[in-house]
Amino acid sequence: MKQTEIEIKALKSRLADMWSLVEQQVRKSFEAVTAFDQDLAHEIISREKSVNAQELVVDHHCENFIALFNPVAVDLRFVLSLLKINNNLERIGDFAESIALFVAHNQTKAIAPELAKQLQLKRMFDTVLKMMEQARTALAKEDSRLASRVLGLDDVVDLIHRDAVPVLAAYITAHPDETVEVMGIHNVVRRVERMGDRLSNIAEDVVFYVDAKELRHTAYTQLPKEEKN
Amino acid sequence: MENQTIISAQGVNFWYGDYHALRDISLDMEAHTVTAFIGPSGCGKSTFLRLLNRMNDLVDGARLEGRILIEGEDIYARGVMVDELRKRVGMVFQKPNPFPKTIFENIAYGLRVNGVRDKAFIESRVEESLKGAALWGEVKDKLKKPAFELSGGQQQRLCIARALAVQPSILLMDEPASALDPISTSKIEELIYELKTEYTIVIVTHNMQQAARVSDRTAFFYLGELIEYDETKKIFLNPEKAQTQNYITGRFG
Ligand SMILES: Nc1ncnc2c1ncn2[C@@H]1O[C@H](COP(=O)(O)OP(=O)(O)O)[C@@H](O)[C@H]1O
Ligand SMILES: [Mg+2]
Repeated sequence: MKQTEIEIKALKSRLADMWSLVEQQVRKSFEAVTAFDQDLAHEIISREKSVNAQELVVDHHCENFIALFNPVAVDLRFVLSLLKINNNLERIGDFAESIALFVAHNQTKAIAPELAKQLQLKRMFDTVLKMMEQARTALAKEDSRLASRVLGLDDVVDLIHRDAVPVLAAYITAHPDETVEVMGIHNVVRRVERMGDRLSNIAEDVVFYVDAKELRHTAYTQLPKEEKN
Repeated sequence: MENQTIISAQGVNFWYGDYHALRDISLDMEAHTVTAFIGPSGCGKSTFLRLLNRMNDLVDGARLEGRILIEGEDIYARGVMVDELRKRVGMVFQKPNPFPKTIFENIAYGLRVNGVRDKAFIESRVEESLKGAALWGEVKDKLKKPAFELSGGQQQRLCIARALAVQPSILLMDEPASALDPISTSKIEELIYELKTEYTIVIVTHNMQQAARVSDRTAFFYLGELIEYDETKKIFLNPEKAQTQNYITGRFG
């Protein structure tokens, strides 16, 4: 194997470590808020440091690769997308942490089951985890079609987020004493929606790497129909 | 800036005896652009470059098919004066090859050979050419010194000045910096940027990053064929052909 390929493989595996870390953080933050598990929330908060450290490790290796190997063409696109994916993952990690902070410091009881149901929280969490999984596979398999499907899932997340506002408003009206807590829950929903956005960015970065196609700022509706589901 | 084709190769095939060195090459180059030729050794870059000012004419058993037009004129047509052609199409080689003469004479010589006698005119043209090659400041006080006293990089710029003296419109450079250290190399690259406003430049280089830095368009040759020819940005970010990608990313062979 050529040295460039060895380096690329090493970069991929460092990013995979980052990806696993962040995915665990996200998964745990969903569990923590759903089950009102404050121990788990504290675990997430203390893990956040490793996520930041791993981001630096990946960044650093990308910089070295650029400086020493002068990558061009597919290698250049690879390392550029990797830098962006890494940064997006770190942000997703931040969102998981802020959900954990809510659970650890502001949540006082588990989210009422009927509220969770109306908010479609489980569906929202599952969709984001699925996006995360698909984006990861798309990168590993260099599959830009799969990557563009992540964008479709993000539409689902956006809709759930949009529908959350009237649900929360109605709940506050019915339970005015829980206003502060419900606003915290609204923040959780917003963080999850932002995770979806970041995962969409990652999917776009994968497409750029694989196809050299710039999806950013092109409307999703301009994608071929078959890629929309 | 005009988008005018200044060099046009049309269906060029070339043989050294039985050896088919160039296969059906067609490409157009625009005025005031830099075109880089890249590709593994022996793929025909120099051969093609040399066809552009008929440097292969004297090679035994060489044969050309197809047409090469420069400024619209078929340079292999009957009646074309090779000396006149080479005034329009100058060439700089890999190894600096100054004449064993003074710095001044290296440039004046070409003018005299071309029948220029006016001393004042020659002096001003020498100065102009040395300025054009970004060498004037370094040599203006030692024009009477032998050219061989200059450093390798300075000698190469002297050769560029010599080529500029006869006011060509096209400058061919065959690995002009491959024998130079990084500082001299970057001076040559700077010079190429500047020269582009007045000349059309075709450069053969083995240095991928150099091709990326200096050229507007890049042509990738392989085994005598032109595999891909496109904007340099496109070639280095997203080449169309797998062979191009493999070559520029170092995955070849
Ligand atoms: N004068 C010559 N006589 C015979 N074969 C030649 C001559 N010059 C070059 N060749 C052959 O033609 C091919 C292309 O050479 P060249 O144009 O110098 O390649 P490049 O510049 O891409 O390294 C090579 O196989 C080389 O051996
Ligand atoms: Mg050569």
